[in-house]
Amino acid sequence: MSTSKTMAAATLTAAEQLELAEDADAGTPVLEGGAARRAERRHQRRVARDEAAERKRSARSGFSNPANPRRSWLLTLVTGLFVLYCLFPLVWLVINATKTQPDFVSTFGLGFGRSFALWDNLVTVFTYQDGIFGRWLLNTLLYVVVGAGGATLLAIMGGYALAKFRFPGRRLVFAVIIGAISVPGIALAVPQFLLFAKLGLTNTPWSMIIPSLISPFGLYLMWIFSDQAVPGELLEAARVDGASETRTFLTISLPLLAPGIVTTALFTIVATWNNYFLPLIMLKDSNWYPLTIGLNQWNKQANTVGGQAIQNLVVTGSLVTIIPLIVAFLALQKYWQSGLAAGAVKE
Amino acid sequence: MKFAKKAVALVGAAAMATSMAACGSDSSTTATDTSSSDEKVTLSVWAWESTYTAAIKKFEEKYPNITIKLENVGTNTDEYTALDNAISAGSGAPDVAQIEYYALPQYAIKGNLLNIADKGASDYKDFYTPGTWSSVNYNDGIYGLPMDSGPMAFFYNKAVFDKAGIKEAPATWDEFYEDAKLIRKVDSYITSDSGDAGFYDSMVWQAGGTPFKTTGTDKVSINLTDDAGAKKFTELWQKMIDEDLIDTKTTGWTDEWNRGMNDGSIAGLLTGAWMPANLLSGAPDAAGDWRVAQLPQYSEGETANSENGGSSLAILSSTEKADAAYKFVDFMSHDRSSIDTRVEGGAFPADTETLEDSDFLSKTTLKNADGDEVDYFGGQKYNEVLAKAAENVTSGYQFLPFEIYARGIYGDTAGAAFTGKTTLAKGVESWQSKLKEYATQQGFTVE
Repeated sequence: MSTSKTMAAATLTAAEQLELAEDADAGTPVLEGGAARRAERRHQRRVARDEAAERKRSARSGFSNPANPRRSWLLTLVTGLFVLYCLFPLVWLVINATKTQPDFVSTFGLGFGRSFALWDNLVTVFTYQDGIFGRWLLNTLLYVVVGAGGATLLAIMGGYALAKFRFPGRRLVFAVIIGAISVPGIALAVPQFLLFAKLGLTNTPWSMIIPSLISPFGLYLMWIFSDQAVPGELLEAARVDGASETRTFLTISLPLLAPGIVTTALFTIVATWNNYFLPLIMLKDSNWYPLTIGLNQWNKQANTVGGQAIQNLVVTGSLVTIIPLIVAFLALQKYWQSGLAAGAVKE
Repeated sequence: MKFAKKAVALVGAAAMATSMAACGSDSSTTATDTSSSDEKVTLSVWAWESTYTAAIKKFEEKYPNITIKLENVGTNTDEYTALDNAISAGSGAPDVAQIEYYALPQYAIKGNLLNIADKGASDYKDFYTPGTWSSVNYNDGIYGLPMDSGPMAFFYNKAVFDKAGIKEAPATWDEFYEDAKLIRKVDSYITSDSGDAGFYDSMVWQAGGTPFKTTGTDKVSINLTDDAGAKKFTELWQKMIDEDLIDTKTTGWTDEWNRGMNDGSIAGLLTGAWMPANLLSGAPDAAGDWRVAQLPQYSEGETANSENGGSSLAILSSTEKADAAYKFVDFMSHDRSSIDTRVEGGAFPADTETLEDSDFLSKTTLKNADGDEVDYFGGQKYNEVLAKAAENVTSGYQFLPFEIYARGIYGDTAGAAFTGKTTLAKGVESWQSKLKEYATQQGFTVE
């Protein structure tokens, strides 16, 4: 915004400059309440008008300001379609979570049912089969906190060590990590199952947690991020001042790594939260199921002898399942963005 | 250096943990059978059907020393995957598992199941229907006891049939074909099929086909292309697909499919006798409109029928609690109170006694989730029709000893016929060649 204003100001006409001066007066903190808000609105309108004028000029001259680019109807349309495409399943989920089972099979998918049963559905989801859904939710949280949390911690420490310390075999580790990233987790699930069966760990929470602790991509991300975000000079200064390696890591490096940590944490949380195949083959006891497997079991129930169709509960349960992820993303997206851009520019 | 030392220590610790765990599992396999005494036994049971829960309660009342740990590890193929994994890992398999009739030979032939003939099961021949009894008998052994059955029947929406001007359910497949045309005129389909292997098997069986035959443990013959029954059905179904008389776009057991039956756009179903409870919960608005009839025949006056679905309880040969496990299987499939509980819950019985029971036969209503009795079949004594269907099941049909795999690849081969990419005959031919290839890989001699 500030860049575009300076750019715009450079080519302002006398009349526009006058208006801008008025704005500056109106924006003084002396004014309070409604007057200040009105002034602010007026100011924003002015900025919008200036930016529109600038776009028109740049369309003619062929030069454009990157902070105030020319607008494209086509791209806006394509992006809009993509947004619709992404939000469509979510909208469907929200609408159908408000339906009773008879409404679910008989009314139009994108319209509301004859009754609004969201609350009833929520209550039933948490009480059906002696409240097993709550147990699944807690299991998922356990796997996420211990598994994804542990994976993040290991990735931070490993990535930092690889970026900031020199030791023999570093290149080998790099090759192993890159190799590990390209092996999909699903391909390892069956060998892992056979291994865990030998150890007697299948059908226990450990069979979910231990494989979740390893995140080659998180490690790689933290390595790259540590390399960029923690200046070597800072570490040297800390060492000269006599700080131990642990203290340097905890008090100097960790705060600098925060955006990368959040990014890695989000990756591992999403991967663990949505993990389906691993628990499918590892866990047989429904008391240890995560939400993904539990919901699938409910979904399949309709196809069995004497099984009640409970799609309304499956849909409502799915909605409940994705809410924590949405909250996590919205709350952390600031870090997420800065994390993604890390290392993009060499300073 | 420091790092390397630590790594060595870590690897050492991991190796120790592994060897210790290995010791642990070794000692457990030498445990003796404790179930014959009065000691407390816990049995691990894998089953997905919701009707099991109530019957298990009754079992635990009768046998207080035996505790049942029921685990739903997934519905049908999901459970079989878990079972295969546990068997190949050598640990984690249950003592008892629910296994559908079509999958039973596959586990029996590999020696994964216990032959229970000498435990008393061989006396039960007359207790069960011939169809289900022959399904649990394999190579002179008995590898499970029947829990329910699924004789094929034609379920149809009478309201749609009336609208199309059809007075009676079709008695022959020719009538079925003509009726399908009339029903198509009122914008419905007489039935749907988007490539279901289990359905194909049942229909070939009804047409008198015996395309698969296993001799001993290593010889199998696969003859879908020349089998008379398979040919009859393939021709009929090709005609139905070509003339757009069946809905090939709606896959069974999806929400869309339930919707179709609920609003009448799918006006009929050729499926097993366990369907009523599922119809009630899947298509609640169509209550009162549906009826049941016998499967149409290839020529008038015939009464041939087949089975679709249905499952048995089998004991894994790896169990260390065979006696307790047999007590459980025996109770679940043979005890009157267990059978009654499960029939009440929506299962279709496999024993002749229930099928002749007057209370069972005179039932006209179904119980829904809220416990209300719903007059779903418009006052029809539906169990009378279904019991007759059970009586008509012909014997002699055999499943493949790798039927789970076979059904898994049906969609990739024969399934293409339902989208018009090939004909059903050609699709079945490519299914057959894949099956033969797989059989050879598995060490069978293919004839």
